[in-house]
Amino acid sequence: KLAQMEEAPLYPGESIKVIAKDVMYICPFMGAISGTLTVTDYRLYIKSIERDPPFVLDVPLGVISRVEKIVAQSHGDNSFGIEIVCKDMRNLRLAYKQEEQSRLEIFENLITRAFPVSNGLPLFAFSYKEKFPVNGWQVYDPMAEYKRQGLPNESWKISRINSTFELCDTYPAILVVPTSVKDDDLSKVAAFRTKGRVPVLSWIHPESQATITRCSQPLVEPNDKHCSEDEKYLQTIMDANAQSHMLIIFDARQNSVAVTNKVKGGGCENKSSYPNVELVFLDIHNINVMRESLRKLKEIVYPTIDEDRWLANIDSTHWLEYIKMLLTGAVRIADKIESGKTSVVVHCGDGWDRTAQLTSLAMLMLDSYYRTIKGFEILIEKEWISFGHQFAVRVGHGDDDHADAERSPIFLQFIDCVWQMTRQFPAAFEFNELFLVTILDHLYSCLFGTFLFNCEQERVKQISTKTVSLWSYVNSQLDDFTNPFYVNYEHHVLYPVASLNYLELWVNYYVRWNPRMRPQVRVGAGSDDDLLRSLPALQSVNL
Amino acid sequence: MLSKAAGGRPAKPSFVSYVSPEEIHIREPAGKEVNPYLLPGELLLCEASTVFKYVQEDGSNRGTYGKLVCTNFKVAFLGYESASDDNEPQFKNKVIGESDITLHCIDQIYGVYDEKKKSLYGQLKKYPEKLIIYSKDFRVFHFCLRCTKEEEVKRIVSGIVHHSQTPKLLKRLFLFSYASAAPNSPDAKNRTVMFDTFKDWHEELERTKGNVKYEVVSVNEGYRVSEKLPLYFVVPKSFLKSVTESILVHQGRGIPIWCWSCHNGAALLKMSAFPKEQDDSALQMPKLLDGIYKTIHAPPYEVLKMDDLSSSLPSLQDIQTAYTRFKQLFLIDNSIHFWDTDVKWFSLLESTNWLEIIRRCLKKSVEVVEQLERQTTNVLLIEENASDLCCVISSLVQVMMDSYCRTKFGFQSLIQKEWVIGGHSFLDRCNHLRKSDKEEAPVFLLFLDCVWQLVQQYPPAFEFTETYLTVLSDSLYIPIFSTFFFNSQHQKDTIVSGESHNAQSSPFRLLTVWDWSVQFEPKAQALLNNPLYAEKPKPDKSQRKTTRFKHHRQLSLPLTQTKSSPKRGFFREETDHLIKNILGKRISKLINSSEELHSNFREFYDSWHCKPVDFHGLLLPHIEGPEIKVWTQRYLRWIPEAQLLGGGTVAIATKFLDVMEEVQKLQKQMDEEHSQTAPEDADAVPTLRNSARLSSLFPFALLQRHSLKPVLPTSTWKDLEDEEDLAKRDDEFVELSGAD
Repeated sequence: KLAQMEEAPLYPGESIKVIAKDVMYICPFMGAISGTLTVTDYRLYIKSIERDPPFVLDVPLGVISRVEKIVAQSHGDNSFGIEIVCKDMRNLRLAYKQEEQSRLEIFENLITRAFPVSNGLPLFAFSYKEKFPVNGWQVYDPMAEYKRQGLPNESWKISRINSTFELCDTYPAILVVPTSVKDDDLSKVAAFRTKGRVPVLSWIHPESQATITRCSQPLVEPNDKHCSEDEKYLQTIMDANAQSHMLIIFDARQNSVAVTNKVKGGGCENKSSYPNVELVFLDIHNINVMRESLRKLKEIVYPTIDEDRWLANIDSTHWLEYIKMLLTGAVRIADKIESGKTSVVVHCGDGWDRTAQLTSLAMLMLDSYYRTIKGFEILIEKEWISFGHQFAVRVGHGDDDHADAERSPIFLQFIDCVWQMTRQFPAAFEFNELFLVTILDHLYSCLFGTFLFNCEQERVKQISTKTVSLWSYVNSQLDDFTNPFYVNYEHHVLYPVASLNYLELWVNYYVRWNPRMRPQVRVGAGSDDDLLRSLPALQSVNL
Repeated sequence: MLSKAAGGRPAKPSFVSYVSPEEIHIREPAGKEVNPYLLPGELLLCEASTVFKYVQEDGSNRGTYGKLVCTNFKVAFLGYESASDDNEPQFKNKVIGESDITLHCIDQIYGVYDEKKKSLYGQLKKYPEKLIIYSKDFRVFHFCLRCTKEEEVKRIVSGIVHHSQTPKLLKRLFLFSYASAAPNSPDAKNRTVMFDTFKDWHEELERTKGNVKYEVVSVNEGYRVSEKLPLYFVVPKSFLKSVTESILVHQGRGIPIWCWSCHNGAALLKMSAFPKEQDDSALQMPKLLDGIYKTIHAPPYEVLKMDDLSSSLPSLQDIQTAYTRFKQLFLIDNSIHFWDTDVKWFSLLESTNWLEIIRRCLKKSVEVVEQLERQTTNVLLIEENASDLCCVISSLVQVMMDSYCRTKFGFQSLIQKEWVIGGHSFLDRCNHLRKSDKEEAPVFLLFLDCVWQLVQQYPPAFEFTETYLTVLSDSLYIPIFSTFFFNSQHQKDTIVSGESHNAQSSPFRLLTVWDWSVQFEPKAQALLNNPLYAEKPKPDKSQRKTTRFKHHRQLSLPLTQTKSSPKRGFFREETDHLIKNILGKRISKLINSSEELHSNFREFYDSWHCKPVDFHGLLLPHIEGPEIKVWTQRYLRWIPEAQLLGGGTVAIATKFLDVMEEVQKLQKQMDEEHSQTAPEDADAVPTLRNSARLSSLFPFALLQRHSLKPVLPTSTWKDLEDEEDLAKRDDEFVELSGAD
């Protein structure tokens, strides 16, 4: 009976793997709570009807980064504990009786289901059978998006050279490159860029024709190798914009890092080989620094906040400083395009982490279309998913190697930057905070196919027929994700101020597990319910 | 009307110079005589011409030439070329122009000698080539004096330094010259309760239903008891009868003065303590306190908790030190300075301790609220003069508990009650007379900053906006309003009656700051009202009109009193404890045992935050570190780098107003349809706003930024000692993955 009342709700396609009674969840805020634990192929679920209202803990297994057994002496004779470290800024502690038969069963099931990839099982997204009225896989059509930007035009063409992913296996099938560039030359340029990630167009200014192009670093090597095709190629990109006789290359890294990369085969463009090119370094640190910063951030916000040392602690994580650097870089890029009418090339090392952050943020500032819900979905599909941000590697979906140094919160950082922008411009975005939180939740959940895999090549084979898109879910209930104060600032470029005066910790995401930090009414970023509740003031207008 | 030249407009620089001013040979601005706009009673003291005012010290040397004047009221810069008037700012102060600084608003004056900045004070031997003025409302003015005649430089610099920095007599405040010269404007109907009459107090007692246990007394008429106490105040019923007359000898010390009554009958009181050095020796102390105790503890007063604020909150000195450091973060000379500060932002902010002081005040207030609301305990706040932190805490408690105090008039009445009449020494705390730095402490600003925290956490709960609070904070330094220029009601009454004797002609009337029409046109005043204010449901108009006091409070907490209140059983112990302490020790030792307090507080605080917010009920601030923020509008408003075009809360307010306008427009159209008249030009409804190009710091600093270009950090990246290792690792990965 009790077990029935404490049973987990299931999604279509979800199946229960193990149920155990009298499992203790040791909540850092509410103390120990005893209830029924259910592990399915999608979630870990604890419900306790001891409490009023019933306590529910519902965690998608995808957020789990690490599971560890704890021998808990303090709980006396018969208990056994599990510590679960999550990717979404919380840790969970469970305890249950040792003699319980299901003991091993719980742990084993948790391990296999939380890390299906390491255990040769499919991710849950492939079993999920929910039907939504709209099909999110149709949100992004590269041809339509390029057409919206006015492409192809006389200077830029749509190329299918990569339709079989031979030119570059981490790029999408459809690319936009300068019209005059021959396929042979493109292959030579590819050979000169890390992983064949040649400069391709991301965005074009509707009036000035200044472009944002993205790529990976050139393979300069210690002997300062150069590649005439690459030089000519960049010249062509510059020439495609009649307004300026300059091309600016934004290298996201620090100068010193870029230079020392030569030893390892990479490097940065050599000024003498590229006339009319200005090289700007944005001094953004790498994935390891960001991972470490987030780890520190988790330490200071979970489970509790040290109120007396809050500012010093937040300072010590450097998290907001990195956000500041990213926004600064993106503002500089947007400014060159908008005010300088100058085309820019953006790259870092591989051109899929910092590059994606910078180009997509700059596009968000420049193009109001990306500030709508649909536009933002397209931005993510395009700049991140199709251009091969290594979601599988960076998030580690279903993988048990929690110490993998390739993991890094790059996409989270991007969403944080977007949130900072929505804070600064509360009326400029069609979507609300819940939309951003939802995206991040499903970055880890493995419920939808959207963020699985590393690149389009891996994705095309199976994803759209076998999984559901996150946008199917989102677009089926747009009201939940709409900002009631949205004003379409068409054609307005938005420059956020990248000052720590304005950047703040995204409490409603990072600290949301702390019940003391419940979302509150904040004009612009608060929960919409609260905002809408204030709207009835409208009714007091004399009608 | 303010003349254009008086700087009502910030203006696009009408004169833009891209070369250093000294390279220009100035034509004498022939025929372009500019004269300052003077208020009644204002006198021009000295002036200097061909002064170059930088628009913004960003190294570009842009700016305007003009005249710098110093009057007995302000320092003002008058540009020679007044810009065309196509862009009248929506929010204009009628008294103080954009380039005016009242003498009381001047914070620091620096001179630049050979590129070196030196503080200017006293007698000057050498005169600087540049003059920098920091104002208390966070404006920074840079004036170049190189093209000014030496004689004039001497006069203006020493004039400004003298008139703003040297001690003044109270009687020489501009307030009085203004009042005697100004035409006696009819007293605008103001619903703010001034608390200077017996009736005001009586009605406040009725409003809060405190009249059951408390009464207004007029024992201080003629200031017989104390010059610190107001003419009328409220004490526990029959208190004065029951205590020996001896209490009146102590200048009002030891009298528990009523502040406010909670819906459940619990009251908030305050009391000035006896000076510490006396109390051990003072023999009458125990007797006296015994009397107090007897009265307050006798039914119906029940339990009383005492809270000595001087030991549980930071000292005035701490507050002053913190604010002095804090404000310096926002007095920004130029862009480079701004970004240099930004690099070390969090550690700088932390080192000021200002936000922590705010947090502690809010926390203390929540503790008091808990005692009143949940424990139904009377709370007696104790402080040496009961006029600093007592004012902060008692006002905050009322703002949180009494939604009337969150309306504009309610808030103004609260400030009258607790601060102005309550005897906060504005004159000394603001150091308006420049007499002594020792007494200076921004206690009132601390209060406003605390209220701002509440406003930004719960915007729909307040009838006023943050702009209102900002403007109110600015009004501290405008010496035409009497509100913030006296230490006590007694001081004001004395000097006013004295002055009236002298100037027999007309009755001497001082303005109150609450008459906002003195400073702002109605259009600008509208910005002080919060369009998002969630007005009470079912506003019964007939009732609202007649009764300003019948602002009913709802129960702030759904009374799910499952716990038995600790009242009765607790009562005896508590009082025994009290007696022991009173007889034995100093009053400051009577602080509640902190452990018990803490857990009560936590439980109360957490359970409140678990429930949905009732904007008309009890309101508790979030006091966790991340929730205490910098009052951006007040502190950053004049910094060009900090402006967000198209951003900030103004963007939302604008949207909201637009929707309201649209509703009204549609309504009008509907009416017209019904009445069969042809609708007039549909464009008649003005769309005065273009939020996409409004600055987030609207309505301040409207046109300070000259380009739509973004601001970019100039400062370099902070060192990352500990992360060096990781930073280097990047490249190995590139190599590794590059190998395949």
